[in-house]
Amino acid sequence: MKLLMALSGALFVFYVLVHMYGNLKIFGGVEAFDEYALHLRTLLTPILPFGGFLWLFRALLVVALVAHAYSAFYLWSRARGARTNRYVAKAAAKATVKSKMMRWGGVALLLFLVWHLLQFTILKFNVGPDAAGDSAGKLVISSFQVWWVVVIYLLALVALGMHLWHGVWSASQTLGWTNNAKSRRTAKATATVIALVTAVGFALPPLAILFGIVKGN
Amino acid sequence: MNLTLKIWRQSGPKAKGEMVTYPVTDISEDMSFLEMLDVLNEQLNARGEEPIAFDSDCREGICGMCGLMISGKAHGPEVTTTCQLHMRSFSDGDEITIEPWRADAFPVIKDLVVDRGSFDRIIQAGGFISANTGSAPEAHSVPVPKPKADRAFMAAACIGCGACVAACPNASGMLFMGAKITHLGELPQGQPERDARVVSMVTQHDLEGFGGCTNIGECSSACPKEIPLDVINQLNKDLRGALMRGE
Repeated sequence: MKLLMALSGALFVFYVLVHMYGNLKIFGGVEAFDEYALHLRTLLTPILPFGGFLWLFRALLVVALVAHAYSAFYLWSRARGARTNRYVAKAAAKATVKSKMMRWGGVALLLFLVWHLLQFTILKFNVGPDAAGDSAGKLVISSFQVWWVVVIYLLALVALGMHLWHGVWSASQTLGWTNNAKSRRTAKATATVIALVTAVGFALPPLAILFGIVKGN
Repeated sequence: MNLTLKIWRQSGPKAKGEMVTYPVTDISEDMSFLEMLDVLNEQLNARGEEPIAFDSDCREGICGMCGLMISGKAHGPEVTTTCQLHMRSFSDGDEITIEPWRADAFPVIKDLVVDRGSFDRIIQAGGFISANTGSAPEAHSVPVPKPKADRAFMAAACIGCGACVAACPNASGMLFMGAKITHLGELPQGQPERDARVVSMVTQHDLEGFGGCTNIGECSSACPKEIPLDVINQLNKDLRGALMRGE
């Protein structure tokens, strides 16, 4: 179960890094962003049909998401069952906000994921002031001109950053890669870097759009 | 010094427990924590009340018998066992909460005494080296590299007190199990049964109802023998290898 959790988590780490890199294309303007979105759909054609690679990748992500969430809830319920009588007083020596929030933070991320997919993939509803048409880039720019959309995304990024911070380290430990002091330091440093790069990298486009640095036309 | 103690009282395994407040006076700071409880029990005996049941044996910090949750910390505020914790670690007027280890794999027998038979069953599942009887072999016939010997000794310092389980937010026994796996796995004598050992011990651990590790590190900071978190990594590594080899 823990191995399943670690491996599916590792796939998500890879995915969010690629996703973040793609988002930064908005700094190249709407055209660059739309071209990138189209390229994702034409990747490996004509071997695969239009959008084929994207759908294969999405299927993989769904499998990983189910595995990750299933193992999380399984381990969560096992941990609850392991101490049905709670302590009257319990002091934490090592637990931090990031490690305590793995479970509820994960649930929050799941809820955010639903919202995020509805907004930009499934329904593509536009809460912003500008017309978007078929352009993904214009939809993004229009949406992030609305302050509360940016707030939702920033909160989600804080949750994602903390989840990755503890998660990357925890996965290295579960996979048995941290057998000496040096590899442990490397794993913790890698976790911090991945968490920071992801959170900051994802936060840049919405903030730039909100403050008018990146414009639609 | 004068203290207010809030102690978990539970008359039997099935009984419902509750916190009871006891004031104690004239406690010397040179007393150990258990001696302080002895003083309280003498007073309870004199008043004809039921004394508080708690575990202890050697009172030298090496047997692993004692163990109390003291104000939310396993074995209290110092890195040591409860018997080697002294009252100088507290101040006059302190209110101290005393609870048993809380984990469903460690059921309460009475008051502060828990049954740690689940640890014994994990050891019985694989925490040993099978040896033929007869005279001991010549010690030099099996060379052990110094770093491996050091790590095995470090892990062997585990006294099985259960503080790791008590401190763990998931009530996981993986620091204990990791210490045994590392101790035996670093030595040449532990190799033949290495794969079977880790699989059987982990299976037993899960059967006993312990939780899983989420790599937080509460166990290691509560451990009176300062067993590091990397023994859990060793456990995971050995388990992954054993499963891949089809054990």
